[in-house]
Amino acid sequence: METSRLRLRFVKTDNPPVWVRPLIPVLALVVTFILTSALIFWANANPFETYYHFLIAPLTTKVSALEILVKATPLMLTGAAVTFAFAAGYYNIGAEGQLFAGAIAAAGLGVAMKEVPAFITIPTIVIAGFAAGMLWATIPALLKVKLQVDEVVTTLLLNSVMGFIVSALLNGPWRDPNSGWPQSPEIGASAIFFKLIPRSRLNLGFVIGILVILVLWFVLTRTSFGLKMRAVGLGKPAARFAGIHVGRTTLIAALVSGGIAGIAGVAEVAGIQYHLIGDLSAGYGYTGIIIATLGSLNAVGVFIASLFFGLVDAGAQTVSRVLGVPVYLGEITQATMLLVALGFFLLQRYRLRRM
Amino acid sequence: MYIVDMLGITKTFGELVANDNVDFQLRKGEIHALLGENGAGKTTLMRILYGLYRPDTGIIKVAEQPVEIHSPKDAIANGIGMVTQHFALVPPLSVAENIVLGNTDGFVVNRAAMEAKVAAAADRFGIVIDPKSLVRHLAVGQRQRVEILKALYRNARVLILDEPTAVLVPQEVDALFETLNRLKADGLSVIFISHKLHEVTQITDRVTVLRDGKLIGTVDTKDMSQSQLAAMMVGRETFGVTRKDEQHEQQPVTLRIDNLCAKNDQGMPALTNVCLEVKAGEILGIAGVGGNGQKELAESLCGVRDCASGSIQLAGKELIGKTPAGFTQAGVGRIPEDRHEGMVGDLTVTENLALEHLNEYTRSGVLDHKAIRTRAEELIHQFQIKARPNDPVRTLSGGNMQKVLLARVLSRNPKAVIVPQPTRGLDVGATDYVRQQLLEQRDRGAAILLISEDLDEILALSDRIAVIYEGEIVGILPAGEATPERLGLLMSGAVKEH
Ligand SMILES: Nc1ncnc2c1ncn2[C@@H]1O[C@H](COP(=O)(O)OP(=O)(O)O)[C@@H](O)[C@H]1O
Ligand SMILES: [Mg+2]
Repeated sequence: METSRLRLRFVKTDNPPVWVRPLIPVLALVVTFILTSALIFWANANPFETYYHFLIAPLTTKVSALEILVKATPLMLTGAAVTFAFAAGYYNIGAEGQLFAGAIAAAGLGVAMKEVPAFITIPTIVIAGFAAGMLWATIPALLKVKLQVDEVVTTLLLNSVMGFIVSALLNGPWRDPNSGWPQSPEIGASAIFFKLIPRSRLNLGFVIGILVILVLWFVLTRTSFGLKMRAVGLGKPAARFAGIHVGRTTLIAALVSGGIAGIAGVAEVAGIQYHLIGDLSAGYGYTGIIIATLGSLNAVGVFIASLFFGLVDAGAQTVSRVLGVPVYLGEITQATMLLVALGFFLLQRYRLRRM
Repeated sequence: MYIVDMLGITKTFGELVANDNVDFQLRKGEIHALLGENGAGKTTLMRILYGLYRPDTGIIKVAEQPVEIHSPKDAIANGIGMVTQHFALVPPLSVAENIVLGNTDGFVVNRAAMEAKVAAAADRFGIVIDPKSLVRHLAVGQRQRVEILKALYRNARVLILDEPTAVLVPQEVDALFETLNRLKADGLSVIFISHKLHEVTQITDRVTVLRDGKLIGTVDTKDMSQSQLAAMMVGRETFGVTRKDEQHEQQPVTLRIDNLCAKNDQGMPALTNVCLEVKAGEILGIAGVGGNGQKELAESLCGVRDCASGSIQLAGKELIGKTPAGFTQAGVGRIPEDRHEGMVGDLTVTENLALEHLNEYTRSGVLDHKAIRTRAEELIHQFQIKARPNDPVRTLSGGNMQKVLLARVLSRNPKAVIVPQPTRGLDVGATDYVRQQLLEQRDRGAAILLISEDLDEILALSDRIAVIYEGEIVGILPAGEATPERLGLLMSGAVKEH
């Protein structure tokens, strides 16, 4: 920690000043810009122009601005899911798999309930998606609570297992009979999330995302269960000593977390794709972990972080199209930004001191 | 001529100034006490001398020569040895192996020669120890001797002992002091860290007092009384809180513990058939050297450790099998031994105060933040907690943390109170406050089980004293009959009184 030749050193501070938080994305951008400029030059593009298309352009037209919200929707849900578990000290890395569990439920019921009216179908698939995500989260949660098996390992491994299940479904019983593609048959019209704004992709899923964020906020800050969860998350022995049922609290947090991730899967199937497909999720379950961390495990933070990632996501898509640079460039920039943002997030807890 | 001369030593940890421009001079052939309350900076200063920390500023001279001490290796090369609060021994190895470890002449170890050399050294310094025995078979006092011998074997001329008596029973303390006097007669210098005044006046020649990281002064021990030293240490004369003598013979038994057995974290038996009764309006003190089952006893009585067998009854009602919340509801005031295990450091004072009784502040799942806050403000005022309601508990000093715990528990007027090590690590002011609160609870009619490794505390507060040794109660005495000597014998396991 000591860089004595410079006579400077990092000193850990307990409470980083509040004004630091909004600076993080800005600083992250600047640093990312510097780091990626060389690559952009190499691809024969102008970094300033590229970044304009990356970050500003999406905000300038209504269509692309709405696209930001579309991209933010699954991230809000997985971010909320991860936050719910992490707040209780349960490190659910399995939102990705739980998302697919919800997606399977939505794709299955969406087809089966073709004849049922929308006002029944839509609540049903949302609840079923929640239940499916919860069910998939039950295995590692019980292993954790009953046998103290590390949930980081089990939830992560179950993501791969879910990957195989999805692939087995899509290449087996659910393969689309018409096209022969590995995708499930299209869900019925009654299961499709209605559009919020015509001719955009913005749909009911976004509203559900906002509702979930509100519920997350309410539970964490206003309810006794939320306080119990935070107590368990921040100090298990103390929570146990104070008479809180640590096992029960952890279990509920883990299951609800899985359920919320399941809803993210429902929203992608019913709101965007209308099929179950193998790459339904662009790693939303994992990005949710970053969003929860950057959002410091609180609802408002998660909301802002999802919007920011939605913007970067939307921008990355347009950049390559508009400038004719390789798609990878957008992805590299996105990944760099992520790492830099995380780096700043860690560094904000330190102060630089002259010795 | 000073053998060690530390000048203007300053050491900071972040915001905290652990040593603030401290001077320290050690003469050849003296036993020199470094006295100060917990957190005064004694260990830090000595860790600097031993090369474990680098000072921010200051110089160190050994035998008048300025030296740079970057590591314990440099310290040893300068003839400085240290026995830390936590021993650095390898239990499965023998005494001789531990002593020679890291100091072997060549690659091949000749066991017989090594043992002979260690035995010779032990003989020369008058330290009674068998070089062949395995360290894991040794008692704490003997392990400490191994540590001392280890330092001497490396030709230490200056020996630093960091709170060496904290882990010893009175008889072992006497043996240690004999050894130290003998080393002093050989011309060695000893730095004796302590915050126990009677030891300091008994064994040392000079005393250096630290307070809040600052040097208060260095004085000749023979010129000072214990209360004068105490005043230097805490900045005021101490007025220890003690029990007023009253008899509580007629009172009913509130807490009855019968044949309680429990295992420790390793699954080994930690408590064997413990039987205790605590009457209403009585403080029952549990004395004993640390690690003899106190932790397990306290945890069993707080409902956070499963008992193998036996019974715990509060006012006739069985508690075994209840959850921690059940213990609280039944009327047990539970104060944890480790303050950090009783409160969530990252939650606020307000939240921690409410944590045990959330149900009372919850209406259909929603917390009544206002009621919680009002209650917290009342308790902060009533228990003189120096903190704001929204401060995270981890930012509080030890004394204020303990007050938060006391407030949470005592404000409910519990029938019985379990208090393990209630004043450990607290300064004199906070200690007095905590003891006063316990006495008030006793006078209110609560049954108090006080578990403490501090004999003075046990003697000052208890109406009756039980001694625990290897998980068994080896004697119960009325306070009037308890002397430190008699308790010391019981604590060392030498005798049982039933
Ligand atoms: N490694 C460390 N990091 C941060 N703070 C420390 C460290 N070591 C000691 N301190 C702090 O420095 C102060 C003095 O500690 P110490 O020297 O151990 O006191 P003493 O030995 O007199 O009880 C205390 O407040 C303690 O918390
Ligand atoms: Mg110390």
